[in-house]
Amino acid sequence: MDFLQTLILTTDSAVRLSVPLLFACLAGLYSERSGVVDIGLEGKMLGGAFAAGCVAAITGSAWLGLLAAILVSIGLALVHGYASITQRGNQIVSGVAINFVASGLTALLGQAWFGRGGKTPQLPNTARFTEITLPFAEPMRNVPVIGRIYSDIISGHSLLVYAAFIAIPLTWWILYRTRFGLRLRAVGENPGAVDTAGISVAWMRYRAVIIAGILCGFAGAYLSIAQSAGFSKDMTAGKGFIALAALVFAKWKPLNALGACFLFGFLDAVAIRMQGTALPVVGEVPVQAMQALPYILTVILLAGFIGKSIPPKADGVPYTKER
Amino acid sequence: MRGGWNRREGLINGDFILHLDEQATARGGDGSGANGSGTGQSADVPAIRLVGIEKRFGPVFANRNIDLTVAKGSIHGIIGENGAGKSTLMSILYGFYQADSGDIYVNGKRQKIPDSQKAIAIGIGMVHQHFMLVENFSVLENVVLGVEGGALLGKGMDKARSELKRLAEEYDLRIDPEAIVEELPVGLQQRVEILKALYRGADILILDEPTGVLTPAEADHLFRILGQLRDQGKTILLITHKLREIMAITDRVSVMRRGEMVGSVHTAETSVEQLAEMMVGRHVLLNVEKTESKPGDEILSVEHLTVIDKRGVKRVKDVSFSVHAGEIVGIAGVSGNGQSELMEAVAGMITASNGTVRINGEAVDVTSKADALERRHRGMAHVPEDRHRTGLVTKFPARENMILGYQDQKKYGQGTFLDLGAILKETEEFMVDFDVRPPDPNLKAANFSGGNQQKLVLAREMERNPDILIVGQPTRGVDIGAIEFIHKRLIEMRDAGKAILLVSVELDEIRSLSDRILVMFDGTIVGERPAGASEQELGLMMAGIADTSGVADKAATPSADTVGAE
Repeated sequence: MDFLQTLILTTDSAVRLSVPLLFACLAGLYSERSGVVDIGLEGKMLGGAFAAGCVAAITGSAWLGLLAAILVSIGLALVHGYASITQRGNQIVSGVAINFVASGLTALLGQAWFGRGGKTPQLPNTARFTEITLPFAEPMRNVPVIGRIYSDIISGHSLLVYAAFIAIPLTWWILYRTRFGLRLRAVGENPGAVDTAGISVAWMRYRAVIIAGILCGFAGAYLSIAQSAGFSKDMTAGKGFIALAALVFAKWKPLNALGACFLFGFLDAVAIRMQGTALPVVGEVPVQAMQALPYILTVILLAGFIGKSIPPKADGVPYTKER
Repeated sequence: MRGGWNRREGLINGDFILHLDEQATARGGDGSGANGSGTGQSADVPAIRLVGIEKRFGPVFANRNIDLTVAKGSIHGIIGENGAGKSTLMSILYGFYQADSGDIYVNGKRQKIPDSQKAIAIGIGMVHQHFMLVENFSVLENVVLGVEGGALLGKGMDKARSELKRLAEEYDLRIDPEAIVEELPVGLQQRVEILKALYRGADILILDEPTGVLTPAEADHLFRILGQLRDQGKTILLITHKLREIMAITDRVSVMRRGEMVGSVHTAETSVEQLAEMMVGRHVLLNVEKTESKPGDEILSVEHLTVIDKRGVKRVKDVSFSVHAGEIVGIAGVSGNGQSELMEAVAGMITASNGTVRINGEAVDVTSKADALERRHRGMAHVPEDRHRTGLVTKFPARENMILGYQDQKKYGQGTFLDLGAILKETEEFMVDFDVRPPDPNLKAANFSGGNQQKLVLAREMERNPDILIVGQPTRGVDIGAIEFIHKRLIEMRDAGKAILLVSVELDEIRSLSDRILVMFDGTIVGERPAGASEQELGLMMAGIADTSGVADKAATPSADTVGAE
């Protein structure tokens, strides 16, 4: 029973931890499926988290916080879009620049406005997205297995967690069942085909980049006003990059992205749980080793265990009409 | 008529052409006699009429004062050498570019075509030279892209599926709509492009160099399809630089040279020689003149060569042959039957799993390592099939490309540093000798035309005076003037007592250059024929039929044949 309890708690924690990865991974999916490499997921998330923290602290409204996060993140996404779509610049450089700007500016503005070493004020629960208990969660608790799963793992999360898990099938549906999705997939594979079909390549890519901005806004808001009660300096802590790894790992497919992000979330949860616990044979594992696990796993998995992960063919290639 | 057409016969032809032009405008679609699809008066309105089209890129005129009339329900060829302005003209018609001046009339109505969408809307479809297909999409997805018929795919896809079925039956363009494009052979991919245009309701179909990527059999199939489309009343514009295709399929031909329209003629009333002269602006030797070969010592011998590729497929199966000094041995075959692998294994680009290769009687290592450098030291030179992929570094200037593979030679510098002066001087000499234009050693390889790029590669390999030259597709994507030159140089090399192994998918080329012809099918050599073997006979062998006694009798006249003419 003790093991089951541990497993349930770890899984529950994994769900929470995988949410920002899910949003960011989907953001990257839209962007890269359209042919724009997005290494700036991290920066957009951070910008979004900071905006949410500030606005929620000032207005006391979680919803306005979310809105601010989305707007700031779209703003950064448009900068990336302008550099890489309109100006046909180097997409990696533009993404890295966004990461640096976000990291520096959030710390600077946070200190200047609130004077708490880059943190935004501690938020009351009314200014956060708090856990909601799904109907029948309490009575279900007594039902074996399914009951525990429902009430302990599925129920009791904030609204944004559910939004993330709904975004997965929604993205699948958009990608494979709508006109927009067809064109999005096409523009990342062969923009020439899209152009000759009379569709604007630039407008398609801008829309994809904007969607990526929205999703990164969600991810950022989740970090600062759902998972925590305020923004703290560099709170994304590399999640944008992990999301990017998950995207490669998921072969740029939405349903795979769920698996990849959840796996990384789970590893993270295990790492936290294992802190200070002694394992049989090896004894106590240093925290750092556990925290490094997702990264080590990424390298190993990408090195050959998942088969070839082929990116969209035009990913990272600016489109120029050829003669 | 314009631009240096001043030889006596030319003038006569010019008058003749002018006369035909007027007639064609008056007679419209009835012109070729072969189609006669138009009904009543509407047939008199040409499908396309271009008047005074001009387009310049910077100071360079890509199109200058172009007039063109294309009759409804006809196949109209546009020929010209690379860079003559054919593709630019078609891009203007398809809305990729805007003309600087001039008018476009489609079905008698004056049109402005600012983008491809407008071109599609007025019934113009285009099959691009490099297919505009999303390779990991299904045929169906590619066809509906841009005309999905609603924000959700479901309904539109169903409609497209049944429409595709109808088109497939009407024009004999059968294809599996669910097939993934990248898994289809090139011929079928092209069919998808044609279907895309038809699905969008195209009445006028522009095909830009459609056979460049096709095997002869696939090309013939395409021509049958085009014939059917014409018979159904579609108008087809065929852009090409291959005279054979023009003669085989078109009703009328317009010839372009250096951005100008030289003239239009009825295909039935012209000849390959006349068209070639109009294209190049001077008399072109289509016949490769050569004497009987005088084979000497055996230079290259290949025995029991077997090549297995990375996926474990046997590409070359137990192949044996030899090439002697002073002869050209041609390897014919539909592309993909093992010729490339054979050539690469012999030249040291890939390893063979079995077999022996001897150069000048000495065996080289073919099974354990592929060492092209060692082969070069032994007197073998290699002109690879694909000049962009393996022949040149297109971002390097000509002078650097000229020493690739020979960079360690002492004359280019000793120790760490290259002797730039020596390299420059030699490159200049080579470029003059091979008539590479412009003769600028510092120009990037990418900035030369296809023919001149090929000459760069040939110069690099042939100027080393090798004992044996392995040459693949020497004239692929090369214009007619350069073809003439390259063929002449190969024959000269042979006459100088060198051995040449020629691999080409152009049967005409094989037949006009080779002293002996080997035909490959499915990794094996089906048989050997002398220089005079007929096209039918070789064609049968290319399809894997070794016993050609039926056709061999009547075709045994030992004469070198022409390049373009059939």
